[in-house]
Amino acid sequence: MNEERYHQLRDIIQIYLPEDVSVTDISKESHFTNELNINSAHLVDIVLDVEDAFDIMLENEDMEQMQTVGDALDIIETKLAKK
Amino acid sequence: MNRRVVITGLGVCAPNGVGLDTFTDSLRNGNSGIRFQPRLKELNFGCQIAGEPLVKDNLVDKYFTPLQLRGLNASGIVYGVIAGTDAWKDAGLKPLDKDQPDWQSGIIFGTGILGVDKFRESIHLVDDNKVRRLGSTAVLQTMASGISAYLAGIIGSGNQVTTNSSACTTGTEAIIMAYDRIASGKAERMLAGSCSDSGPYVWGGFDAMRILPRQYNDTPSEGSRPLSASAAGFVPGSGAGALVLESLESAKARGARIYAEVLGGSVNSGGQRSGGSMTAPNSEAVQRCIVQAVEQAGIQKNEVDVINGHLTATVKDPIEIKNWSLALEREGLDFPYVNAFKSLFGHCLAAAGSIECVGALLQFHNQCVFGNSNCEDLHPEISNRVDPTKIPVKTMAYSPKIIAKASFGFGDVNACVIFRAFND
Repeated sequence: MNEERYHQLRDIIQIYLPEDVSVTDISKESHFTNELNINSAHLVDIVLDVEDAFDIMLENEDMEQMQTVGDALDIIETKLAKK
Repeated sequence: MNRRVVITGLGVCAPNGVGLDTFTDSLRNGNSGIRFQPRLKELNFGCQIAGEPLVKDNLVDKYFTPLQLRGLNASGIVYGVIAGTDAWKDAGLKPLDKDQPDWQSGIIFGTGILGVDKFRESIHLVDDNKVRRLGSTAVLQTMASGISAYLAGIIGSGNQVTTNSSACTTGTEAIIMAYDRIASGKAERMLAGSCSDSGPYVWGGFDAMRILPRQYNDTPSEGSRPLSASAAGFVPGSGAGALVLESLESAKARGARIYAEVLGGSVNSGGQRSGGSMTAPNSEAVQRCIVQAVEQAGIQKNEVDVINGHLTATVKDPIEIKNWSLALEREGLDFPYVNAFKSLFGHCLAAAGSIECVGALLQFHNQCVFGNSNCEDLHPEISNRVDPTKIPVKTMAYSPKIIAKASFGFGDVNACVIFRAFND
């Protein structure tokens, strides 16, 4: 697991956290909607931010698989490896 | 059931003042908010001046969360949220905590078209086959009711939350709708107002209709000339105004400061008949609207002592004055004092009625009649009917008792509301 990418992702997620969830609550196991309480509409924006930050493109199936922070990191690794 | 309704909060985001203090000073001193717009020049507009609120980034940060600001590209929402949040706070009300909405507080906040710049951004993405890049707020920023939805989330409204739309009548209509809802016992408090986006995509259609002045690009503050013989068309504007309407019982129970009482109002349409059209009012309808507002308010025609006109600075101003005169059966020295605020900030379209109502109401509090600019050369048809002393060119000390405010809009629609100095 690439720590730099994890920190980059955490910075992206941070802005979408509701008031009662803090950035320290984010871990690789965190579930976006169930644990971090991120509004599901904002998952769309997280995907766009990830695409911009890593210069990759996520498909619909990638978005469906992206349940946790770890899922997102795996998808980013896979996409970057294919570049 | 017809309960008394009062106004307990005001907020404004106007071209000549963001916030009540600056706005009041500008109206009192005749400070114009109409400026040259380089972008309109670049785009070859005939009219290159407009009234646009000056909203600093650090001010926006106080009203929106960092998340809300991401991708926010809807000036009407920015103006509406500033005016609406300020009005709520001015009324001494606080946004509710997270647990429960306030079932007795609602919102009627109108607009003509919302999020035009966001919509343009979306159109370009869609046309480039990038619909997936629109993000989650393209809908929220461009739906007409986006403004009432943003405000409802901020204050936690649990009563009716809606957006009305009736062209340049919108703001005044929203106040009358909010009044009706409280008077009939369906709500205790309503945040009423309206907003209008800035920019070439909103104003372009009016420029194309050739109803905007083209000869004041070098002298912007002289461009908007309501009541004047040299009126050359309306100067486009934007912004938002907001008012908190409240049942008298609720206001008293909270010990709230009361700006004025809303006695009643009327809305109607000329049906685009008898001289009325998509763009011109049917005079009979305008007169009926004023008469009905007076009747509904339960006052006599001679009790109106200040009129806040629609008065856009087109050839229709003399006709509007004639309609007021015939409706109220008053002329000469007996005519009420007249305000034409558009001389200072232009025609803010859907936001016009609410911004102008805020200004009109400030006259009770400040015990004055705000002056009119750019009408030294009164139109002869106006000066023949109304004594010129009734159209003050400088702000004058006066304690208004009853102010009548009217707005008229494309589609031949009219609204007139009656405010009274509060007297328990």
